[in-house]
Amino acid sequence: MTPPITQSTSTTASFLAPTAERPTIASSSPDKMIVFEDVSKFYGEVLGVNRVSLQIAPGITSLVGPNGSGKTTLMNLMTGLLRPTRGSIRVLGLSPNDSEAIFQELGYCSQFDSFPRGATAREFIEFYLRVHGHRKQETRELAQQALERVSMVEAADRKISAFSKGMRQRIRLAQSIAHNPSVLVLDEPLNGLDPMVRAETIALFKQLAADGLHLIISSHILHEVDMMSDRVVLLNNGYVVAEGEIQGVRDDMDIEHPVQVLIRCNRPAALAAQMFGKTEVIEARLHDDRQGLFVKTRNPDQFYLSLNEVVAQGEISVESIAPVDDDLSAVYDYLIGAQ
Amino acid sequence: MSSTAETIQKKTEATNGANVSLWLRQISAILRLELKKNFFGKRSLLVYLLAMMPIGLLIMVETINPLGRETAQLPTVFSIFYNSLILRTVVFFGCAWIFMNLFRGEIVDRSLHYYFLSSVRREVLVTGKYVSGLLTSVILFSTVTVVCMLIVFFSHFYSSSTRFFFDGPGFSQLFWYVAITILACVGYGAFFLVVGLFVRNPIIPALMLYGWEWINFLLPPLLKKISVIHYLNSLVPVPVSEGPFAVVAEPTPAWISIPGLLIVTALVLILAGTRIHRMEIRYGSD
Repeated sequence: MTPPITQSTSTTASFLAPTAERPTIASSSPDKMIVFEDVSKFYGEVLGVNRVSLQIAPGITSLVGPNGSGKTTLMNLMTGLLRPTRGSIRVLGLSPNDSEAIFQELGYCSQFDSFPRGATAREFIEFYLRVHGHRKQETRELAQQALERVSMVEAADRKISAFSKGMRQRIRLAQSIAHNPSVLVLDEPLNGLDPMVRAETIALFKQLAADGLHLIISSHILHEVDMMSDRVVLLNNGYVVAEGEIQGVRDDMDIEHPVQVLIRCNRPAALAAQMFGKTEVIEARLHDDRQGLFVKTRNPDQFYLSLNEVVAQGEISVESIAPVDDDLSAVYDYLIGAQ
Repeated sequence: MSSTAETIQKKTEATNGANVSLWLRQISAILRLELKKNFFGKRSLLVYLLAMMPIGLLIMVETINPLGRETAQLPTVFSIFYNSLILRTVVFFGCAWIFMNLFRGEIVDRSLHYYFLSSVRREVLVTGKYVSGLLTSVILFSTVTVVCMLIVFFSHFYSSSTRFFFDGPGFSQLFWYVAITILACVGYGAFFLVVGLFVRNPIIPALMLYGWEWINFLLPPLLKKISVIHYLNSLVPVPVSEGPFAVVAEPTPAWISIPGLLIVTALVLILAGTRIHRMEIRYGSD
């Protein structure tokens, strides 16, 4: 039987997908971006973030890093809750210090799990919409829309103090999106959510990003970041260690960490013998179950061409081809996990 | 200029004419929540206890042993009671508690960031919070002042007190006591609001000011003027002796003391506005 190469090919294509078609950072004007210019923040003598220069375009950008790496500091800096010790920040051309202007365009769902005492979910959202300056009728409509977006309409008139952690998280999210901002900053927004709501929330983020919003999300759950992000910013000890599209970041690491591909086939040993002869292959190793072969290469394009040639000879039947270390988890392990 | 910043600028320009209306709406929204917290929040209990103290004390004393033996003594009796207990203790500590908690309380509760993340000028926030504290303290402590005066006068000398109020200086004195209470809330309120913004533990500066206000009668005339109580004492309708050790100073006329107090309050609030403009949210370190 012919191996289902179509799927493998599509994986390969994705792995090698050109990045030119996607919106790139350089193609956007600075006033449509969030720009950090050589930003440092120190808490006394303790480093928050150091010499961060970033340009974040619309879409979903995830901040990834271990605890204390500076993710929340970056978010607090771009929302004006903190002031940089050095450098400057512009959000859509606006200074975070100009709270009246910037929060017409920006919503921040922080990690602070606190609410006004005795307030219901609806009261909480409506109250801060009134502080924004919205009139009564408009406030009601916006609050209702926000509650619908996070599927909290049924619980809207219950006191927040009786809510579970996940429900409180969704109410904070609703509050941050209620005034329809263009930039949404979300600090660990999936924390405490059950799998169903998590999936709904990710879908909401993708929808918002598709609508042209900036979403800056911090998360510890790498496969979810991988699934929803257009770009990542990897942070460690207050420094940006890598940034860009996940695939681009992975590609940049080829020299130190060659791409590893798992090929499932009927004769892995024979395939290994053939692949050893190719100059682009650095290493070929049989899988423990002897049903597959791991190949390391620094030239994936050439490798896939060579593999096609071998498969075309008809002696080896390939079931699947899958890169095993081109996801965020691998990138994270290579850049941060090892430290 | 790019389209987004331009749009925002246009939006701002469009609303420039309506800025005052916007700020008033925002202040009204802030007032609504803050008044609810001030009157019904967990921290309001202490203020109610403080406000009830002079009323409870008066009821007790008047039941056991009336403060005055005849109507003529009552204005002086009330003046002493007002000065020592209501003004210097209840209004002082009541304002300290209400105004310090406007910001410090939110920092402790980790909820100040919601305001900071709203599209509201921080100066407008300070104004809204200050007005809410002022309304709360004025409503509570003016009521205390009125109720205490009525208890002192009407508990035993009903007919002569009625004459004192309706045919004599009673209402005028009541007006001035309430005015002093309101001015005390204005002045102390602004001071404690700023203290709550600058100092992590505001109890120490509050006690220092309390001590300064109490020893005011011993201070030389120039130093007397650096206090709130000196200006308030100048307005008291029935002056009382401050004792044999008091340094006598000319009372400041009302046309100076009232605008003076209001100007100093405005300056203190501007300082609060400057401070909050630079303020960071770092609950962990607070």
